[in-house]
Amino acid sequence: MTGTIIEVEGLYHHYGDVAAVNGISFSVIEGEIFSFLGPNGAGKSTAINILITLLRIQQGMATVAGYNVQTDPQKVRNSIGIVFQDVTLDRDMTCREILEFHGRLYRMPSAERKQRIDELLTLVQLDAKRDVRTKHLSGGMKRRLEIARGLMTRPKVLFLDEPTIGLDPQTRMRMWDYIKAVNEEGTTIFLTTHYMDEADHLSDRISIIDHGRIIVTGTPYELKNTLGEDLIYLETDDLPGTRAALLAMDQVKELNEKSRGIVAMLNGDGTKILPQIIENLAGRRIRVNVANLKKPSMDDVFLHFTGRELRDEGAEKASSAVIRAGRR
Amino acid sequence: MNTGFLTIYWRDMIRFFRFKTLLISSLVQPALWMAFFGIAMSANFNRLTSEIPSIPGVPSVDYLTYMAAGVIAMTTLFTSLFGGIVLLFDKNWGLMREIFASPLPRNHIIFGIALSGMTKTFIQAFIIMVFAIFLGAAFFAGFTAAETILSIFGILLFVGVFSLGFLFLSAAISISLESPEGLQGIITLLTMPIFFASNALYPIDAFPPVLQAISIVNPLSHLVSGIRYFAIGDNFQAIGIHYTATSMDIAFSFLLLILFAALMFALAWWRFRKATVT
Repeated sequence: MTGTIIEVEGLYHHYGDVAAVNGISFSVIEGEIFSFLGPNGAGKSTAINILITLLRIQQGMATVAGYNVQTDPQKVRNSIGIVFQDVTLDRDMTCREILEFHGRLYRMPSAERKQRIDELLTLVQLDAKRDVRTKHLSGGMKRRLEIARGLMTRPKVLFLDEPTIGLDPQTRMRMWDYIKAVNEEGTTIFLTTHYMDEADHLSDRISIIDHGRIIVTGTPYELKNTLGEDLIYLETDDLPGTRAALLAMDQVKELNEKSRGIVAMLNGDGTKILPQIIENLAGRRIRVNVANLKKPSMDDVFLHFTGRELRDEGAEKASSAVIRAGRR
Repeated sequence: MNTGFLTIYWRDMIRFFRFKTLLISSLVQPALWMAFFGIAMSANFNRLTSEIPSIPGVPSVDYLTYMAAGVIAMTTLFTSLFGGIVLLFDKNWGLMREIFASPLPRNHIIFGIALSGMTKTFIQAFIIMVFAIFLGAAFFAGFTAAETILSIFGILLFVGVFSLGFLFLSAAISISLESPEGLQGIITLLTMPIFFASNALYPIDAFPPVLQAISIVNPLSHLVSGIRYFAIGDNFQAIGIHYTATSMDIAFSFLLLILFAALMFALAWWRFRKATVT
């Protein structure tokens, strides 16, 4: 049985004059991994905070697991698990106590609580750390413990707000494996991230969100295919001639000029089209100096739809600090 | 019955017994008050008041016994006012989000924190009583065993209700503020008048009228009266002043503390319903 498990219709949220969420509508299908991909400040966390009932709805409608977040917040809370953006573990409690506390908050019966704690500590491979205080855990272990906590009450939907932020590449990959394993057990996952590769690797469907609006939604494959199947970058000794030659080819969908070369978005398999292009250009006596074939990445997709690079807040702050320092 | 507040209580107690320095200092500090301030002041007061003719037929108690009740009250006040600070830390470190997003009703957070704060004040009150008696305070003098037990129960009842009032207040302030420094400032601001405009360390009889009015509505004064009634008796003299208390007086003090606690709970509940944690 598959239906929608999250329904959002016309959601707005303002902080003073600033619209953090500016009219979004979407639905999440039961059993999938759904991602909000967007830069920091795009409105991802505000949207998630409304869905997990931490923020009151200002305008619009949202249901989670069949319950309205505005009129039935208690039932929504009982149906969801949450992994928050920053680590929210009491440094001075042990792994077992963290899960015990969570189970008690949700009024799980004692026997079920004990059993679930054992199961989950095994799942996230923290058995050996059971009685260790969380301040002694590594970043990856903390995150795994938080995922275990999110799963404590067997939620229908697990919300993961930037789950791998600040983790090293190996740990991130392992987190992805855990997230996939949890999803395969039947838990719907709602993920926010500003990592393109993460959204690409994990999601069944992605919504790209920026400035509080959803720009486009689709499977990673669909999103990347809107840019054509493959991309070819060429540098030649005659760019205008190259341009004309490429536009004449059926296999080329769209051109994008760069400072020293041209990017062609293709309709078909680039490995076959690239030799044809080189042959075609050779026929016109145009020499190819550089050729690069690549599959479109989520970065390309994001750039295409938002017209800007993903930046993180840290980088922005750092650069403005440099400017300020420069003015002194 | 929803026993969710016990979850909050359980966690706060784990933390209380886990931080050994905090635990030990919170237990030793009131004893040090008794040992240093108590002995020093009682030596002075006893010398100053030795000239005052005692009222015949009224049992007389020394200053140490008189102020021991005040130290119990003062410790209860401080511990209670700081009891809610954990909520501020939980809020700042994001831990409150887990609780606010859970099905636990918010008033249970208030109850849980108040209950654990009350437990701490009970432990402290008990330690001070034992230590005061060890130093020579004439608590429960001439009481039978049954009367002593009843009196300890009475003291804890007063301490408990009083601490609830200030724990609710502390929770209300903590959930409304952003910084621990701000909380510290407000608490310091509150403790001064509450502590010094009371009968904890000296009689209020010689206060100017305004100060006397404050001390009469001051919950701390009513706590101290209650403790003295149960620990010393309903008719005694100290520092040349004759203290009497009827059971009606004590019942009135107790009701006043209950009223104060109820008001502070209403305040805390209002602040918690308003609070947004993200």
